[in-house]
Amino acid sequence: MQITMTVNGVSHTREVEARLLLIHFLRDDLGLTGSHWGCDTSNCGACVVWLDETPVKSCTVLAAMADGRRVRTVEDLARGGQLDPVQQGFAECHGLQCGFCTPGMMMTARWLLDHHPDPAAEEIREALSGQLCRCTGYENIVRSVRWASEHEAAGRDDDRSC
Amino acid sequence: MQVPAYVEYEKASSVAHALALLARFGPEARILAGGHSLIPMMKLRLAQPETLIDINGLSELSYLTVTRDELRIGALTRHAQLLDSAEAARHFAILHDAEQVIADPVVRNWGTVGGSLCQADPSEDLSAAFAALKATMVIAHRGGTRTVPVRDFHTGPYETVVGPGEILTEIRIALRPGGGSAYEKVGRRAGDWPVGAAGSALWLDSGRLHGPTIADAGIGLTAVGAPRFAAAEAEDFLRGAPATQESFARAGELAAASCRPVSDQRGPADYKRHLASELTIRSLRRALARARPHGGGGPGGAPRDAG
Amino acid sequence: MTAAADPAPDGAYGPVRRKEDARFLRGQGTFVDDIQRPGMLHGAILRSPLAHARVVSVDTAAALAHPRVRAVITGETLEQRKLAWMPTLSRDVQAVLATDKVRFQGQEVAFVVAEDRYSARDALELIGVEYEPLPVVVDATRALDPGAPVIRDDVAGQRDNHIFDWAAGDRAATDAAFAAADVVVTQDMLFPRSHPAPLETCGAVAELDPVSGKLTVWATTQAPHAHRTLYSLIAGLPEHKIRIVSPDIGGGFGNKVPVYPGYLCAVVGTMITGQPVKWVEDRSENLMSTAFARDYHMHGEIAATRDGRILALRARVLADHGAFNGAAQPSKYPAGFFHIFTGSYDLQAAHCEVTGVYTNKAPGGVAYSCSFRIAEGVYLVERMVDLLAAELGLDPAELRMRNLLRPEQFPYTCPTGWEYDSGDYPRALQLAMDLAGYPELRREQAERRARGEYMGVGLSFFTEGVGAGPRKDMDILGLGMADGADLRIYPTGTAVLSISCQTQGQGHETTFAQIVAHELGLRPDDVEVVHGDTDRTPFGLGTYGSRSTPVSGAAAVVVARKVRERARVVAAAMLEAAPEDLEWARGRWQVRGDPEQGRTIAEIAMAAHSSLELPAGVEGHLDAETVYNPPNLTYPYGAYICVVDVDPGTGAVAVRRFIAVDDCGVRINPMIVEGQVHGGLADGVGMALMQVIAYDQDGNCLGGSFMDYLLPTSVECPSWELGQTVTPCPHHPIGAKGVGESATVGSPVAVVNAVVDALRPLGLRHADMPLTPANVWSALQGRPVRADLAR
Repeated sequence: MQITMTVNGVSHTREVEARLLLIHFLRDDLGLTGSHWGCDTSNCGACVVWLDETPVKSCTVLAAMADGRRVRTVEDLARGGQLDPVQQGFAECHGLQCGFCTPGMMMTARWLLDHHPDPAAEEIREALSGQLCRCTGYENIVRSVRWASEHEAAGRDDDRSC
Repeated sequence: MQVPAYVEYEKASSVAHALALLARFGPEARILAGGHSLIPMMKLRLAQPETLIDINGLSELSYLTVTRDELRIGALTRHAQLLDSAEAARHFAILHDAEQVIADPVVRNWGTVGGSLCQADPSEDLSAAFAALKATMVIAHRGGTRTVPVRDFHTGPYETVVGPGEILTEIRIALRPGGGSAYEKVGRRAGDWPVGAAGSALWLDSGRLHGPTIADAGIGLTAVGAPRFAAAEAEDFLRGAPATQESFARAGELAAASCRPVSDQRGPADYKRHLASELTIRSLRRALARARPHGGGGPGGAPRDAG
Repeated sequence: MTAAADPAPDGAYGPVRRKEDARFLRGQGTFVDDIQRPGMLHGAILRSPLAHARVVSVDTAAALAHPRVRAVITGETLEQRKLAWMPTLSRDVQAVLATDKVRFQGQEVAFVVAEDRYSARDALELIGVEYEPLPVVVDATRALDPGAPVIRDDVAGQRDNHIFDWAAGDRAATDAAFAAADVVVTQDMLFPRSHPAPLETCGAVAELDPVSGKLTVWATTQAPHAHRTLYSLIAGLPEHKIRIVSPDIGGGFGNKVPVYPGYLCAVVGTMITGQPVKWVEDRSENLMSTAFARDYHMHGEIAATRDGRILALRARVLADHGAFNGAAQPSKYPAGFFHIFTGSYDLQAAHCEVTGVYTNKAPGGVAYSCSFRIAEGVYLVERMVDLLAAELGLDPAELRMRNLLRPEQFPYTCPTGWEYDSGDYPRALQLAMDLAGYPELRREQAERRARGEYMGVGLSFFTEGVGAGPRKDMDILGLGMADGADLRIYPTGTAVLSISCQTQGQGHETTFAQIVAHELGLRPDDVEVVHGDTDRTPFGLGTYGSRSTPVSGAAAVVVARKVRERARVVAAAMLEAAPEDLEWARGRWQVRGDPEQGRTIAEIAMAAHSSLELPAGVEGHLDAETVYNPPNLTYPYGAYICVVDVDPGTGAVAVRRFIAVDDCGVRINPMIVEGQVHGGLADGVGMALMQVIAYDQDGNCLGGSFMDYLLPTSVECPSWELGQTVTPCPHHPIGAKGVGESATVGSPVAVVNAVVDALRPLGLRHADMPLTPANVWSALQGRPVRADLAR
């Protein structure tokens, strides 16, 4: 079957099997390997992307279900070579180690800040509770999102403190 | 990652169209809503439908409406929408409580209320929450619709009364002023299926001499082998009983006695039976704290009430 | 975004931001499954549904007939190439694809190569395997029962499920100490089977160039050079024609040390088809068949005086190794470094015995940041100390403080022979107690108990031995555990450091750059770190056991100092001075007493490549190489305090606070050190409260997905509170000890001690992990369960 979806602002039309998972479509068909997969049961969240401006686990969505819809992946966070404040926060606050969970974490964090610009640490933890990290113990991820929140509010990126 | 077997796919443009597709493709066709129950089963190849009928475009099935006497929830309402609904929470805090602990925030963005109920997992939280509220299920078929009380909706693990040519379209709950409700769940980590969970809804008569009595009660249980996801004997006992800790303790005993939990890696049967009692009691206490006696005025408690 | 801050005041050490983040933040990492090669095919493994069975027949005809299938490999195919069996890291053998029997659920039976991953998966269902079920051994405590089914009948002379017996310490002295003791406390405890579960599963892309004969394998390996040598030995390929590339790796934690059958099948696949073959496992395959961790059934005994002086420790361990002994540890130590179970205390004597057995489960055992079984040893000693405190009615912090080794006792040789290098243990414990507000916590606990609320405070004090290790003592499959490092300085003064160890998130591209920058007065941005590609890096044993900083880090220091010394000679020539008249200060070789006369490394580098005349015998350029053979392990340590709140009505445990004081010697990058600790603390919460790979009596694995094998989320983890002391390692060139596994080793027992502490008023003395709500409740009822077996 033929599907058309807009990914990171670019329209793509492809012939796919109905059973093709969105994560595989993004990674294998479109070469957008920034989103990852890490489980079989929709638990780990390494695959989180935006589907119509909402974070979803793309391993649990068929590419066919995204037909006619808009998808946004980590590759779209930086604009014009400029990192998104969420990405900057992760860099400043050591929010990543192996980097495998990071794209999914950042996509959810970006959505969270778009809707709740000043989340408390507990809210950040709750928002990320469906996504696993094996390296960081989550603390620096929370600090990274707080950094992004504070720096977006103040419109500055010079203060390095986490 | 595991991947599904080959499957055909159709996109429905309306409820009528979806029903027509179901009729055309027969009993091996499955409705695809959020897919967060069905697609994991397909990836593990525990479910191998021949055709998927995608209803995600049916915005007419996604709504939360309060009429004069009902809360009506469209089956395609996403879990996140039910969680975020202040209206739903105002009338039935149990739904907000339950949605808070169903799956995780990202899964809730796409999984649907109807999809979860139709998946009919014996540990489904919404099955217990709607059972406590004695909701009514609206099922569409080519000849029209029919309604089924939620307690008659599930016929066994992963089985419901929704026939091969039918679609669940709506869940209705009768509005009754003054009620309080709450949900209590034990899981092993955030997002886990319940090891045991209970939800209660109470309506009170203002007390005569000794405090309020219970006008009506609904108790839903999940993951503990409760018949029809409910504790009917405990409810019968509570009706007319004083709203006291003693009554709740007795209700907990009755709820536990009516369950047939199964030992598994989540816990042994005796623990689950204990949870049936303990969580029934706790949910009753919190429901009470949110309730207002009949004739006392004021709405049922909002989710942040103490209790 | 700048990748690095200006060098910190202490040279280039400090919280330099990571260089590797640039690609990961943009989704531009290259993990194995990201790799696409022209003409690449996809492999999938058919695995046994049964835990123990004869393989009667394997019918591949239908699979071969699938239009998109290119090859189907079976045990029989491999037998013809003498590849059906491969050596394990413990000198056992493991089936690559089953021939005679399957010996654990999930064991590899056949390998399909197809044009796409979906077709490969479909084709698995077309392979028909006939099995003859055999009785199953799942409970290690029954594995040596008379008449138990013999799992390894493939091994000549194997008549039972016994693998090894091993002991350490002085039995007679220990017996004497116990006999003389006022108090003896004993306890059985299980450290259940767990799994490291890195977020990226294991996989490989194998590509044999038919013209050059060069085999390239991109693989999730923590030890690329060792793998290269192993592939050469196993497959009979000339080693110089093999290139192993560890690209970006999404977490290792010991899970990515062994050579897995899937990798070899991918290699055979590329040989057969002439095209690159990718194999990446599912999560269920990862959990059911790759290197598990722990599974130690332990019996601990502690002997003490009435006033709380610990005299001796005894331990007896039954080690469940699964169906093949695939544990990865230095070859002289079949139980790893478990015998450091003597812990952090001044003991008179200690003795331990470990018996290893086969069961019908996946192979492995040494993984998940255990520092070669030190996690198991720390768990045992710290539980025993808490049990002793309870027996004596002493505060557990007080009991520890009384018995901790004193600074003046270092270097300290423990009763089982480890020479601890340095430490100020009481200071670390005191700091942890101060950070936690320990007396206030005990007061709060008393108040809450009076109200019927149950909070607990649990301690752990651990000593680790990491950085394996001196080659005369430590080898894996005969490969000595020394690491090479090469350093090249380019004419314009920037540097390329090639190291043998392999990062899986530890930040080596930054920390190793900092090491070289610190020694040579460069900026970390001026130093490129090359790792993971065996064609471009010197030999070494890889990254695990926290050995990167102690061994490869030391190699980096040594090679940088070699370069610096070569630079001295060149600088002397430039300055027309004698080399011995120069001193190194502030990043320059300068004339002693005349600091204006100095040259930076960059200036010297250009000169070293120029026509500058050098003294006779002095070679040009500044490049150097070294192989570092560590003289000893290093001994990081820590004091941890965990605060929990327990709901006895449900058994639910909430971790309220976790205070962790670590001493890993000198810290190159404190930000990265803290990140390592954070991650390990989460492991402790997970192991203590929810993680277990359990089996039912038929050998069905009950932990084959993340729905059943539960990992902690951001919600279960508190905001970690860290402290530090710095006691330099006396034998490491910069005094660093390494920290990668400390928190994973030290934390589980702190959580368990806290839960038991919370529930002591209700009569709880001990409960095994994982302390799920059901397990806590069952323990409170006096009906504890074996969490590793089905109910």
